[in-house]
This record gives sequence, C-alpha cells and structure tokens, in this order.
Amino acid sequence: MKKLMLSAAVVAMALGAASASANAADKFKACWIYLGAIGDFGWTYQHNEGVKQVQAELGDKVETVFVENVAEADSATAIERLARDGCKIIFTTSFGYMEPTLEVAAKYPDVKFEHATGYKTADNVTTYNAKFHQGRYVQGQIAAKMSKTGVAGYIGSFPIPEVVAGINAFMLGAQSVNPDFKVKIVWANTWFDPGKEGDAAKVLFSQGADIIVQHTDSAAPITVAEEQKKLGFGQASDQIKFGPHAQMTATMDNWGPYYVRRVKAAMDGTWKSQQSWDGMAEGTVKMAPITNVPDDVKAMAEKTIADITSGALDPFGGKVTKQDGTVVDKVDDGMILGMNWYVKGIDDKLPQ
Amino acid sequence: MRLILEKRAERSWKMALASPLIAIALTLIFGGIVFALRGVEPLHGLYVFFIEPLTDEWAREKLIVKATPLVLIGAGLALCYTANIWNIGAEGQFVIGALAAGAVPVLFSGWQTPDVMLVMLILGAIGGALWALIPAALRVRYKANEILTSLMLVYVARLLFDWLVRGVMRDPLGMNFPKTVRFVGWQRLPTWGDIHLGALIALIAALGLAFMMARMLKGFELRTLGAAPRAGRFAGFSADKAVYFCFAVSGALAGLAGACDVMGVSKQLQTPYEPNYGFVAIIVAFLGRLNPVGVILAALLLALTFIGGEAAQVSLGIPDKIAKVFQGILLFFILACDTLILYRIRFESKK
Amino acid sequence: MEQFLAIFATIVTASTPLLIAALGELVVERSGVLNLGVEGMMVMGAVAGFGVAFATGNPYLGVVASIIAGMLMSLLFGLLTLTLLSNQVATGLAITLLGLGLSALIGESLVGQPIARIPNFHGIDILIVASFALAGLTSWVLFKTRLGLVIRAVGDNHHSAHAMGFKVIAVRYLCVAFGGACAGLAGGYLSLAYTPQWVENMTAGRGWIALALVVFATWLPGRVIIGAYLFGAISILAYTVQTFAWGIPSQWLSSLPYLVTVAALVVISGNRQLMRANTPTCLGQSFVPDR
Repeated sequence: MKKLMLSAAVVAMALGAASASANAADKFKACWIYLGAIGDFGWTYQHNEGVKQVQAELGDKVETVFVENVAEADSATAIERLARDGCKIIFTTSFGYMEPTLEVAAKYPDVKFEHATGYKTADNVTTYNAKFHQGRYVQGQIAAKMSKTGVAGYIGSFPIPEVVAGINAFMLGAQSVNPDFKVKIVWANTWFDPGKEGDAAKVLFSQGADIIVQHTDSAAPITVAEEQKKLGFGQASDQIKFGPHAQMTATMDNWGPYYVRRVKAAMDGTWKSQQSWDGMAEGTVKMAPITNVPDDVKAMAEKTIADITSGALDPFGGKVTKQDGTVVDKVDDGMILGMNWYVKGIDDKLPQ
Repeated sequence: MRLILEKRAERSWKMALASPLIAIALTLIFGGIVFALRGVEPLHGLYVFFIEPLTDEWAREKLIVKATPLVLIGAGLALCYTANIWNIGAEGQFVIGALAAGAVPVLFSGWQTPDVMLVMLILGAIGGALWALIPAALRVRYKANEILTSLMLVYVARLLFDWLVRGVMRDPLGMNFPKTVRFVGWQRLPTWGDIHLGALIALIAALGLAFMMARMLKGFELRTLGAAPRAGRFAGFSADKAVYFCFAVSGALAGLAGACDVMGVSKQLQTPYEPNYGFVAIIVAFLGRLNPVGVILAALLLALTFIGGEAAQVSLGIPDKIAKVFQGILLFFILACDTLILYRIRFESKK
Repeated sequence: MEQFLAIFATIVTASTPLLIAALGELVVERSGVLNLGVEGMMVMGAVAGFGVAFATGNPYLGVVASIIAGMLMSLLFGLLTLTLLSNQVATGLAITLLGLGLSALIGESLVGQPIARIPNFHGIDILIVASFALAGLTSWVLFKTRLGLVIRAVGDNHHSAHAMGFKVIAVRYLCVAFGGACAGLAGGYLSLAYTPQWVENMTAGRGWIALALVVFATWLPGRVIIGAYLFGAISILAYTVQTFAWGIPSQWLSSLPYLVTVAALVVISGNRQLMRANTPTCLGQSFVPDR
C-alpha cells in the first residue's frame, strides 16, 4: 500500500512539474471581494455579472480575480492578499468591508480600492452605491395598483439605511396610487436563507398580504408567491424563472457599466477618489421586463421608470412626512444614506 | 477474512504520534484527488494550498493570527473532552467574550490607559466563562445533555450579539450601520507586524494547561473521570465539580479568544459575526491528541487550511468550500486512525 | 379561519423535516448508538436530492437519492464507530463537519437553479403523510415486534444481548442506516418540497434540533410528533408575531426556538422517572465483545 502511494505521488509530481505554467504578468489585474457565493442569484451574483462584463469588454488586457464568502469581520487578510498578489484595483462589495478596506488601503497606496455601500473615502479609496430605492418606488406603484387586499408583505434583511430607504420609497410609490395602502414588515435577520425567507413569505400571505416584496437575496419568496398564485417582485436579479406567473418586475443591480468605467479609468491613469451614487440614469439600476400585469399598469410603471431615468421624478423629491408627523421639506442624499425613520402610513415600528 | 480489533495492553505511544501523521497524509491524498477531479494538477494544488503560504513572511504572520483563537479555544476543549465533558458551544462563548470586551470601548470610549486593555481581556474571559456555565449548571442540576444545550446557546449568543450591536451598542456616528465605534489606542492589543498579543496569551495558556494536565492533581482527576468515571468517584473526585471546572476554563479561554479577536483583528464589533473558530477548534482539539501542546501544532495546521484555501481561490480559482471539506475529512481520518492507538488490527480468516 | 389554516399549513411543512429526522435518530439511539451527525447526513440528503431532481426533472428520484445519500453518510459513521470503535460523539461531529463542507462543494453549481418540486394539495404533500406513517411504523416495530425487542435489548445491555446470541453490531448497523435514511429524507424534504432550492448550510441547525427532540420525546415516537410540531409552531409564530408590529425585537423572537429547546431539555431531563424508564442504558458506548 505504501509503495502504491509513493509511486502515485511520484507520477503526480511529474505531472505537476510539467504543467506549471508562467502567468501572464503584463495583464491589468482587477479583483473583487464577495460577501456571498457567486451563485446566490442575488447580490454577489449581480456583482459577478458585472465582473463578467469587464472581462468581456476589456478582454485580454485585464485579468479578473475574486474571493467569495469572505466574512466581514475578518476580511483584511483576503483584501491584503489581493493587494499583494498584484491587483491594481480592488472592489470590496459589502458594507462591512469598510474599515478593513481603509486599513489595507493605507498600507498599499499604489493600489486603487473601491468600497461598495460605505461612506468613508481616502486618496485611494472610492465608495460606490446605487439608488435602489428608485426601483422600490416603481414596485410600490405597481403593488398598489395590483393588490386586492391593499396590503403588501415586505421581507427585510436588516434595518440598515439602505433597506429602510427601500421600504420608504416603496410606500411613497404605493401612496401615490392608493393613499391608504398598507405594508406588513418581517425582518428575517439574514441576507440569504431561503428557508427563513420562504417562511416569512408564507406568514405574510397568511396575514392578508397578496403582494410580496423582499430585500433579502434568495428566490424563495417569489417561489412561494408563484405556488400560492400571489404576486411579487424579484430582488437584485431577474428571478422570472422562479415565478413565471408571479414576478411583476425586479430591481436589478447592474454593476457592469460602472465596473468597466472604473477599471478603464484605473488603467489609463484617470482614476480619482470619489463617492459615486448612480441610479437608473446611469444604468446601474435597471428594471426587469414588466410582466403579469394589465397594460395600463405596465404603461404607468414604464412612464415612472422613464421619468426617474430622465430626472423628472425623484422618489424622495417632494415633501415627505415622517411617521411621527414631522415634515421634511427636502430629503437630501445624506438623509437617504443614513435613513432611520419610516414615512407616514407605515404602522410598524422601526427596530432601533 | 475478517477484521479483528485487539485491545492493546497499553496505549501505544508510537501510534499516538503516528496516527495524526497518517491522517494528514490520507487527507493530502484525498485532497490531491479532489484537485484532480476539479482539473487542477494535484501536486501543484497541494503546493499552493499547504506549502506556498509557509514560504512567505506575510502569510506566516497571518497563519499565526488565524491560529491564535484556535489554540485558545482548542486547548480548553481538549481539557473538556479528556474529562468526557462535551462543550460543543465554544463558538457562542467566543461571541459573548467579544461582546463583553467590546462593551468597554462602547461605554467608555475615552478610557485610554493601559489598564483598559487588561479590563477588556478579563471581561472577555468572564463573559465566555459565564455563558459556558449555563450548560454546565443545566447538566449538573437537571442532567440536561450539555452537547445540545451548549450548541443551542451558540445560536442564542449570535442573536444576542446581533441585537446589541444593531441596537444599544451601535456607533452613533456610523450612519446607522450595524457596528460599534472603532477601538483605539489601548483598547487594541499591541502588535508585532500583524501578530497581536493574543498569540502570546494563547501560547502561555496552552503551556499552562499542558502543565496542569501532566503534572497536577487536577489533571489526573480529569483524566480519571474521563476514562473511568466509577474509579474517579471511588477516588473521591466530584464529577459535578469537574463539569463546572471544565466548562468554566474552556468558556473563559473561548471568551478570551473572542476578546483578542476583536481587540487585535477587527478592532470593532460588527454583525453578523460568525467566524466559526469555535467549531473548527473541535477538530483542533482532536487533531492535537487532546493535549494542549499538540493543540498548538494542530491549530497551525488548521489555520493553514484557511490561509491556503484563500490562496487557492485567488491563484487556482478553487472555491473556498474545499477548505471546509479538508477540515471535515481530516477529523474523520484522525478518528479512524485513533483506533490504532487503542487497538491492534489483525485480519483473521474465517473459521 | 382561512388565515388559521394557512398558518397551520406553514407549521406542518416546518415541522415535517424535524419529525422525520428525529424518528430516525430515535431508532439509532434506541439501539444504543448516539449519532450526532444528523445535521451532516441531512445536508447531504438535501444536496443529493436536489441534484438528482435537477438532473432528471423528477423530484421523486430526488427523494430516493436523498435517502441513499443520508444512508451512505451514516454507514461511514457506522464503519468508524461500530467497526473501528471510534468515539461516537467525535465521529458524529466529524460527519456533520464533513457533510456541511462536502455538500457545499458538490452543490456549487446547483445554487440558484429551479427544479420541479414535490406536488402538494393545499400545502399537504406525500412526505407529510409519510412522516406520520413513519412515526406509526417506528412505534409499532420498536414495541410490538421481535425486531424492536432485539433493538431495545441491544441498546439497554449489549453484553447480555450478545450473550443471548443477538448480533449486536449488525443490529446497530441496521439502525444507524435507518437513521441515516431518515436524516437524508428530511434533508431531501427541505430541498425538494420546503424551499425547492439548494443553498449551502440550508439545514440551518435543524439536525441538532432533531437530536434535542429525541431527548424531549424520551425516546418515544408518539412524543416526537408533539415535539416536532411544537418546535415548528414556535418558529413560525416568531414571524407571525412580527407582522403584528408589537415592537418585540426580531432577534428575541428568532432565538425563541432555541431557548425553548433548552428549556424542554431541562424539564424532561430533570424528570428522573421518565428518563430512567426510557433512556437506552448503553447510549453512546462502543461494544467490544468479550472473548
């Protein structure tokens, strides 16, 4: 037995030596750190689609590398590994990577860093995010038109500003159609757990909601909607194959154009630190085809999308009344990025 | 032909040393096969995974950083398992330790004298110990199975952490994101490169436990209670006290590991916080022959699977799951090989 | 009423995997073996079932595959603990760790793929019916047949069972394999009926809860049903209460199932009479025949 192992090892060694190939070092290396797995069909999946677009458009000139399932609290090692491995630009795609990104960036001033959804920048650290709430506004309008019970069920992940802003934009959209529209909110306390998300959807339907909205990443809620012959919206990516009769539209995170732009900028030396917050106008937020609704609803939704894209409509543009009755004249970007209050009409209490 | 296991008169010391080596060798062969199945040259894959990180100063430092919590937790678990006491919930004790230590900078962000570091470490250890004493008390008082209760408390600890860090402990200037203020100055552990003081603490703790197990009456007591509970009782050792003792010590070490992790690595609390060190340390305890010194070596090897796993992802495009499979299969082979320590294997033709 | 029925149907689907896995483990423990690898066998069943259903388009073939996968994992456990006499607690943990890692690797390309799920009628599918049949069957076999008598004899005193001429190891292999099949099926239920998707770690601790349920039920199949449904109800209620907007932190509600499990273990384990009557005496001990 031992002899057998030994000879196997020798053969393997010979094979290994023969195939060790030199890596093309002259390519521009662009790297990504992912929170989840590239197959989650949600947040990480969409980032990876963007990476594929970079590879497709810039072709031989770039090499793209990613590390997936990187825990936030312990991400500095993975980020630094990429920096040491010759990555010229590193995208860290979750909020929790903020401090580790800044820490590593300080050690590697020649490498460009881009941190998604954060708020701290440095000379070589840019932040970028997308105005997902624009899509929520459209969803709210559709939901208010399509709901028979006048109640939507909303599955939240965690009560962070981005999710709260989404709920508010959804309600503002819904209220523009039906001022009495209601929403029931369940926090799943996870970004991705189909079991929990499915349970939450079932519970919300049983509580009188007939439309499901989610700010978690799996396709379980839309699958439940399909099965119970209810309606819903896809999340992060087009989930129509999970709910061919249920999905009315989906807000899609379309990072490709941004990534291509930034990698190009880093390659030709025009990269500068900035805070980028793109939306429908720049193509970063896209809506999936509007399906399973009557023509008039579809026309309304498409007009809203066109208006938001052109800048004629801003979901938080007008006066907004908070849950406690105070009126905000102008909701600025900073308020959206740090949103910790509900708009009037939401009966729930925001977890603090 | 059938396989006969004969109990050895004495534990075979040669086999006790050889068995982890055989297990590691088998894991490497298994790993080579997995690489081959995924279209990676097996030896090149194994080199990137297990050897390359050792050739690089930076990776060696990271290796020690990763191994630190594993040594602290693994040494405590080795103590428990020797005494046949099954603390499976070190992950929860780790999280509570981090939480207890992190409470200091949250409450007293301006406290900037050297004693704050000491207070945080001690609070971490106390937090972990108290959390561990819950399953201990439930076992002693109500005979509730400590495997299940300690594990259930991991989920509770994570949710408690989540609730507090999202709620009262949240950084008021942090744009509402679920994290505390950054720890600064003396609220962090001193470092040499990336290695923080926790590494030294872990080393001392492991050696201290090794001394206790080998040279002190307590060690003899725990070993007796583990191997022969009845004999232990006749000798006047209290099984109940041993349960409290083992849970308190392993919980304190796990809590200390949590405190070191947030004070030396992440420098703040942020949620979700599920580093899984508490579970990986179970493998470490067994691979280290339930011996605190062995645990140090085992922790370095397991840390290598993390560092190597990352390296393999970057340079070979191999998914991170491979590291988990290696960890699982390694424990498996160790347990199978352990039979060799206690038994002699003989093949006998059927009569 | 309709609302109540909808919630009830949700509770049933949440409870079924727990019930199936716990019944399997109950038989294993009755034979004197403690297999802590339920979580690992379950997650392997989930990935195998999903993979086969995805490849063949037939969810029932997926069910078969999940049973086989769970059984294979349990036989690995049997090989180590029964033949190589390794420590049962440690080996069970190894099965869990290995299962979680291996399933993640195997299932990598299956994430996010849709499959045809097991059909149901108003939320009730064939496996839910099967789970109750299984409870009846295990109860009948354990307490009304000779096989059950042998299993219990092996679990209560393996030396005298051996002296009476029963093949202790063979009986235990059989029970371990049955437990693996049940755990695999429970995992298959998750990925084929409950949420017809594959995700890493999708068992989310349910295997451990099934283990706790066995103690909760004091090794009696009828009580496993009560325990599984109680647990399922609490986890669903945690979401229902959130929709009432009472302002109870969601983390408290999410931790409720775990706290209730601990409390149940304490209450049941503290009851000496109940425990003494039903705990298999040889639980967790390796059997080495005297020669």
